[in-house]
Order: sequence, then C-alpha cells, then structure tokens
Amino acid sequence: MSRATLRYGAPFLVGLVVLALWQALVTAYDVPSYLVPSPALIGRTLITDWPLLSRSLAFTLEITLLALAGAVALGVALAFVFVQSRVVEASLFPYAVLLQVTPIVAIAPLIIIWVADTRAALVLCATIVAIFPIISNSTLGLRSVDPGLLDLFRLHRASRWQTLLRLRIPSALPYFFAGLRVSAGLALIGAVVAEFVAGTGGTASGLAYQILLSGLQLNVPRLFAALFLIALAGIVLSTLTAWAAKLALRHWHESEVAADE
Amino acid sequence: MAAARPGHVTDRPLVVEIDGAEKVFENGLRALAPISLAVREREFATIIGPSGCGKSTLLRLVASLATPTAGSVRLWPQGAAARGSGRVAFVFQSPTLMAWADVEANVRLPLDLEDGAADRAGRVDRALSLVGLEEFRAAHPRQLSGGMQMRVSIARALVTEPSLLLMDEPFGALDEITRARLDRELADLWTREALTILFVTHSIYEAAFLSTRVLVMSSRPGRIFAEVAIDAPHPRDEAFRGSERYAGYCAKLTDLLSAAADSGSAK
Repeated sequence: MSRATLRYGAPFLVGLVVLALWQALVTAYDVPSYLVPSPALIGRTLITDWPLLSRSLAFTLEITLLALAGAVALGVALAFVFVQSRVVEASLFPYAVLLQVTPIVAIAPLIIIWVADTRAALVLCATIVAIFPIISNSTLGLRSVDPGLLDLFRLHRASRWQTLLRLRIPSALPYFFAGLRVSAGLALIGAVVAEFVAGTGGTASGLAYQILLSGLQLNVPRLFAALFLIALAGIVLSTLTAWAAKLALRHWHESEVAADE
Repeated sequence: MAAARPGHVTDRPLVVEIDGAEKVFENGLRALAPISLAVREREFATIIGPSGCGKSTLLRLVASLATPTAGSVRLWPQGAAARGSGRVAFVFQSPTLMAWADVEANVRLPLDLEDGAADRAGRVDRALSLVGLEEFRAAHPRQLSGGMQMRVSIARALVTEPSLLLMDEPFGALDEITRARLDRELADLWTREALTILFVTHSIYEAAFLSTRVLVMSSRPGRIFAEVAIDAPHPRDEAFRGSERYAGYCAKLTDLLSAAADSGSAK
C-alpha cells in the first residue's frame, strides 16, 4: 500500500464503514429520527435545508476568519512588542495568560452586553480564544534565534530593523505556523461558543444558533447537518493552515521537508 | 611568493594589539587573566589551549563581540590597514547559516547589511569561487554536507574582502579527511589573499600545519603560556604534513600544551 493510499484511503474507508453500520443499525432497530437520524436522512436534510444552512455556514465562517485575522494581527503585534522590551512582556504576559485560562463562556455574556454590534461581539470573543497560541508561539519564535547568527549581525553592525526583518522574522516562521494551526481551530471553537451565548438573545444566525434552535425544536436531522458542517469547516481550516505552513517552509524547515524526501 | 616566511617579521604593521586585556564575567568567572598579544600583518596566528581556557573569549574581544573588563584591544593601532579593506570577518565554530536562505543569499548577507555595497553580484561570485561552491549557489544549507556548509561560512566571511579573519575552531566538528582538506584550502587562501588570520583550535596538528605562529594558552584564568614560531615555507602541502619538521613542531606543541594544562590545574 502506498503512503498516499494509507493516509487518505484508510480513514475514508473507516468513515464509510461507520456510516454504513450507522445506517444499518438505525434501519434495523427503527430508531426514530428525533433521536438518531440515519446518515441518509442527514444527507437529505443538508440538501433540503441548504439555503438556510449555507447562510449560517457563511456567517460562522465569516466570524471565524475575522477572528483568526484579528488574532494574527494583534498577536503578532504583541509578540513584536514583547520581544523589543522585557519590561513590557513581564508586565503584560500574565494578563494574556489570564485571558487564556478564563473560559470564554464566562466572558462572552459581558462582551455581548458591552459591544452593541452582535457580529463585532462574536468576533471579539473568538479572537480572545484564538489569540494566545499566536502570541506565545510568535514570541518564542522571535526569540529563538541562533546566537551565532545574532553575533554575525552585530559584527556587521546590522540595525535593529535589519535584524528583525532578515533574522528574527524568518527564524520565527516555523513557530508562528504551529501557532496558527492551533489558533485556526480555536477561532472556530470561539465563534461557535460565542454564538451559543449570543444565540440565547436570538440575534445571531450562525451554525451554532441552528444547532441550538434545532435542539429546542427536536429537529435532530438539521442539528446533525449543522454539526457536520462545523466539523467540515474545522477540517478545511486545519488543512489550509497546514498548506500555508508547507508553502512557506518547504525549502528549508525540517518539519516540512522531511515529508517529501 | 614574498609572504612565504613571515614568522618573525616584526617590522610589519600591527593588526591586533591586545594590551593587558582581562575578562571577568558577570557571574564572577575569570575567563582571561591580563593578556597582551600583538598580531602583525600577514601573520597566521593560532591560539591553542585546553577547553574552557578562554580562547573563544579572546577572539570575541578582538571582534568587539565582547568588551574587556580591563585593558584594551585595538585593531590597526598605527592607523588604517595598509592593505585591504580594513574589515574584520568572523568564522564561527558551527556554520551558522540562515536555513531559509540559499547559499548565494547566505554569502551575500554581509553586503546586504551594509548600505550601498558596490558590485554585490561580482563579490559573491568571487567568494563562492574561492571556496569552490559556484555550482551550489541555489542550494539550501540543509542540502549540503557539514564541510560544504563550513565552506559557505568561509565564503560569507571572505565576501567583504576582509583584512583580518578571525576563526573560532571552524573545522572542529568535521571528520578528519574533510578537515585536512579544508586546512589545505585555507592555507592556500591565506597565501593568495592579503589576509591576516587569527585562528583558534584545540588541534595541535591543525595549528602546526597552518600557522606562522602558535600561541599556547593555559586555563582558568586563561593566559598565554608559550609561543612557538612555525618556521616553514608556505604554501604547505601534504609533503609538509609528512615531514620530520612538522612532526617536531607537533611534539613540541604537545609538550607545551600538557605543561599548560598542568599549570592550570595545579592552582
């Protein structure tokens, strides 16, 4: 078996077997669809409810991507500041940790009350969830510079700016991309959790809101369909960030070159 | 060529003048006792000594990568370099290359860091040809062997056409055969270029093969224990390595080095 067959074929086969088993059991025991819908029914619901679900998917994706962009911009900016000054880092880093360890469900109601625009409130919540890996990984990366190269830059009287651009940023890239991958997943989780909290106010229309509503209405097939779309969004995001890392690092970094040689 | 026997030439201009330089680290460790040392133009001066004797520290002082706690380190104290650019280049223990950049970009780095360096492409070409790496300009460091990476590192040092080349155990991590070849190439390079080299190694054989003068250091705190002029003509080749004269120098350096180590540990 080739490596590609193993990597993609094997999980696909497992999925197929599970779905077939699921379908067979539901049919055999005549399980009502408001408890466990069959995969076929979920598939049909995906198609019939697509106008509604696609809008929700777009909304959730929008929140997720905006939050990820915000986390990257703000997180990288903070990392730069931290690296320039130990005092600033020592003063601010504990608060970044505080934000990280406080569950977003606990903060979200406050943010939703304070920020009038629901969409902005959701993005803010998801950004808070997603930002920490970007901050910590970028800071670590910007500091993880070969001391010999740092000496070389000093020897040639490189400016702070040159050292940042030509040495610190490239050195930080592998760390940054590892953080980005974690953050992308967290941004989606943050978006979904925030929607759940905001959804009780009845204003949002993302996938999480569909799940909440479907649960209340016992429309379990639609609940499963929405769940499927969230999972799919997560997989796509993770794959995209992995590709981005590969594209940026394939020529030189061990993490990305080992795979194709 | 004329520079064949520069061993005892004291009328050449000073390149490095170290006057009572001392280094005590912040943690109180005394790395260097007051050291005085002069290196003159076209010398190939080598410092050998046991591990931790402060040879690297001494080299860092000369490169201004560290400052002496007392005393002074001056380059070209008699005025501008008579020959060459008056630049200093450093070759580190490990190749210290930028993994994300190809060979050409790595070699060009010192020129890129300088504002308005002229004829970058030409100088990079020349540096690459000096170490025989023209064909590998597009390769990334990870694709090269340890010896080739070290060559890139040397090309990067040569690209600024330095007058003083500082080398901190550059071939220490290489296998014996590669090391011997690079030693030979370095000896050639020194003969052809207007270079003054201050070299650090813990290999007696390398020191005896390359140098015009060897300084033996003892440790804790580091100081110059003895000095040996290697009075053999350049360019040196494998015949010199097989000669009795070379064996004599190696034996002498071995004795001095163990005496230096004893003097250090006796304290």
